[in-house]
Amino acid sequence: MQADTSRITKDLIAQHNLTGEEYQKIVDILGREPNLTELGMFSVMWSEHCSYKSSRVHLKKLPTTGPRVVQGPGENAGAVDIGDGLCVVFKMESHNHPSFIEPYQGAATGVGGILRDIFTMGARPIALLDSLRFGELHSPKTRHLMKGVVSGIAGYGNCMGVPTVGGEIVFNDIYALNPLVNVFCLGLAHKDKIFRGTAAGVGNPVIYFGSTTGRDGIHGATMASDSFDDQSEQKRPTVQVGDPFTEKLLLEACLELMERDLLVGIQDMGAAGLTSSSCEMASRAGNGMELDLTVVPRREPGMTPYEIMLSESQERMLMVAKAGKEEDCIAICRKWDLDVAVVGKVTADGILRVKDQGKVVAEIPAKSLADDGPRYERPYQPPAYQDMLTNLNYDVLPDVKDANVALLALLESPTIASKRWVYEQYDHMVRTNTTVRPGSDAAVVRIKGTNKAVAMTVDCNSRYCLLNPYEGARLAVAEAARNLVCSGASPIGLTDCLNFGNPERPDIMWQFVLAIEGMKDACEHFKIPIVSGNVSFYNETNGLSIYPTPMLGMVGLIEEAERTMTQWFKQEGDDIILLGSAREDLGGSEYLKVMHAREQGSPPYLSFDTEQALHDCLLSLIRDGLLQSAHDCSDGGLTVTLAESCISGPGQPLGAVVQLSRGRLRKDAMLFGESQSRVVISSQSTHRQTILDQVRRFGVPAEMIGSVTGTRLTVHLREGASTESVIDQPVTALYDQWACSLERAVHHT
Amino acid sequence: MNVGVLVFPGSNCDHDCAHVLKDVLGQNVTMVWHKESSLAGLDAVILPGGFSYGDYLRTGAIARFSPVMQAVQQFAAEGKLVLGICNGFQILLEAGLLPGAMLRNKSLHFICRETYVKVENAATPFTNACKPGQVLKIPIAHADGNYYTDPVTLGGLQANAQVVFRYCTVDGKVVPGACPNGSLDNIAGIRSAQGNVLGMMPHPERCVETMLGNEDGRHIFQSMLSFLEQKKVAEVR
Repeated sequence: MQADTSRITKDLIAQHNLTGEEYQKIVDILGREPNLTELGMFSVMWSEHCSYKSSRVHLKKLPTTGPRVVQGPGENAGAVDIGDGLCVVFKMESHNHPSFIEPYQGAATGVGGILRDIFTMGARPIALLDSLRFGELHSPKTRHLMKGVVSGIAGYGNCMGVPTVGGEIVFNDIYALNPLVNVFCLGLAHKDKIFRGTAAGVGNPVIYFGSTTGRDGIHGATMASDSFDDQSEQKRPTVQVGDPFTEKLLLEACLELMERDLLVGIQDMGAAGLTSSSCEMASRAGNGMELDLTVVPRREPGMTPYEIMLSESQERMLMVAKAGKEEDCIAICRKWDLDVAVVGKVTADGILRVKDQGKVVAEIPAKSLADDGPRYERPYQPPAYQDMLTNLNYDVLPDVKDANVALLALLESPTIASKRWVYEQYDHMVRTNTTVRPGSDAAVVRIKGTNKAVAMTVDCNSRYCLLNPYEGARLAVAEAARNLVCSGASPIGLTDCLNFGNPERPDIMWQFVLAIEGMKDACEHFKIPIVSGNVSFYNETNGLSIYPTPMLGMVGLIEEAERTMTQWFKQEGDDIILLGSAREDLGGSEYLKVMHAREQGSPPYLSFDTEQALHDCLLSLIRDGLLQSAHDCSDGGLTVTLAESCISGPGQPLGAVVQLSRGRLRKDAMLFGESQSRVVISSQSTHRQTILDQVRRFGVPAEMIGSVTGTRLTVHLREGASTESVIDQPVTALYDQWACSLERAVHHT
Repeated sequence: MNVGVLVFPGSNCDHDCAHVLKDVLGQNVTMVWHKESSLAGLDAVILPGGFSYGDYLRTGAIARFSPVMQAVQQFAAEGKLVLGICNGFQILLEAGLLPGAMLRNKSLHFICRETYVKVENAATPFTNACKPGQVLKIPIAHADGNYYTDPVTLGGLQANAQVVFRYCTVDGKVVPGACPNGSLDNIAGIRSAQGNVLGMMPHPERCVETMLGNEDGRHIFQSMLSFLEQKKVAEVR
């Protein structure tokens, strides 16, 4: 390992991913050349991953406030008031790069990191969701990545006793060499007992606790801020190794510490480890901090200050205790068998001063490290190929011949097929709150001690975002909100995880800037604040970027938990009603990809007002207890929605007979187009008139299209006086295709 | 009933068990830290599910050395009720309070899903509220629930009606296809020879409330309550 006396050469600066100008800025701040430890500390804190240097000027545009917001962006996680003195604390984070290099540990430590972000705030984590992107499953590499990621999520989340209640997975070869692993976590806290990462109170002791510090994950943040090539797997040592058992002890110890009046501030050691937690806590309080590395608990001897400050060993925390409470804190940590040491104190001079063996080894203004990193307004412009993507001449595409074949193909497509093979590996019931399990539009957990429940969904159609980043982002917000509304919840807050390619490329930056605009407009319109988030750039391998993937994790509140709604049909004889209307929206559809191998066209049209009216209408129907099921139309369009309503319930599949009027649309657009603001509901026929009257008052188009009956799904298209049967399948056949195809694809059978 | 819920480092169904007994069934619940050495005043103890000691070495292999397990041995020897659920069952096996061992699930995966179990013995302190042969729907969530033992021990378990639950189909057929994890003889739960110690892999505490869609787990806790009540009545007489 490099000794601390190394001369800072140009090569060394480049190895640390710092530009010449950035280095000069460091010299200006310090008034001298940095030593190697200081260079390392700057390089991780000023990395894209930690400093948001390319994104910050744009992120500022997002709406982050609202009457329910208790904590917006800038802390470990956001917090939103749900009444009864409680708030939900949530955030989503990516662990894409590590998961590609080492899928099990990459995904596991992704779960570990987001859990710490939540319980650091004083919240007990009560739900996890994951959003995953892989290449197509015909590739052995992809199957290896997927199995590893799923096992990693299961291994960590299950051991922690936090249920993984939902998520989504999309398969597309654009992610083959750059999979996405985005993990969402939600916790529950008392509104007046939120903890923050602040090092207030000069003289207060700084206490390290959790695991020991080892050499794993050094420069993880820098690795996550770089593109990949064929040599990337050699970066395996930069991936951390997770220990969920220690994290479970850390969780219980933290919550016990927080129950007593012992702490001033607390922060987990995530990316950039001890460096980020110390300088960020000091900077937030406008203070400095002095650390003595000699007493930091270590995994191995001979570690240099550089290694200790940059280690990303997992399951570690830094707390600032109230003066005189050190022993109480230490006793609780010891009870939970954790390593613990008083490693420093809060100082008044604003300097992060690091000592080792009595010598000062780093001396940097905390604020410079944490907040004064570079800011870039990177140039952006649409790529030359953009028009080629959106201009699709539908005349060259023959209309669907046999819709049965198309429906079966769509149900078999792993993106649409049941994800049971995945979620059965996750404990989705522990903590006994899960009232809607994986496999409905949104997952729902009840809040014990209240009548309430919280609904959660993660969503993003990245193909829409590729075809039009602005529209794609608007559509993602609308669909997430619609999923929550279908479960009976009002959206109350949002977290984002923005996965993009290399921001130094103007076409990628264009995607980013437009996606932010789209999210901003949609969130402002639906009045949904964005309370936390994460940006993951450089998602490209060998120069090929992923589709722009602004993943959203949205949270909704159900005031009366017994009014929770699910997506599947419930009872023979019920009415089936379609809310909303269809347009010729084939662009960017799953149907075009599966049946025509095209990912082209313009994404579906979205009107905010139509969407909002649908939400208001649906919530009123659900709250009046008029509905049996509600399922939104998304991937695969109306026909897939109908099929899923028949087969996705926990009991025996139910059949349906449906009649649709064709209008002037293409048959495939009618059956499989992904027109927005549509929901299929079912209800007892005694409520029919009440529902249709109520829907009319909200100005939402509604059509009674059929009933739940028999053991087949039959769809007739009516055109003038003639009627054509376009779908006729036993629901058991649909079920088999949908339920088993993912497992078959994973096992390549 | 005074119930103790043991808390090992890594237990994660301890709160769920306490919630059911205290908030749903209105019993007195004491959380018992694994370093305690006394179970005085308790009528029953529950070893909850979770990943005690991270499942390191072998499931339950380290937890059995926790100080409280001495007290549990004594407690069981006195004929008091001991219920081990999931990881709790695994600990009871490692502690020798029940015979046999757990192998990794046949699929090699963690499995979380609803299962059906048949009540093979309804004359135990844990199943007296069930009818013989009744089918209960109770979820499992484990990676190591593949019960195994030698043929002699298995013969003994069968002969003494110590097999309390077997995985079955929804209509009560005990067939290999109904076994989620490869368990020998579809075993989902067994009791001790004395009858007062039960280990089961399915989680009854996860299905006691209508809001969660299933109340079959209530039978187990209700059985324990009525057993203790009758015992009290008998003692008074």
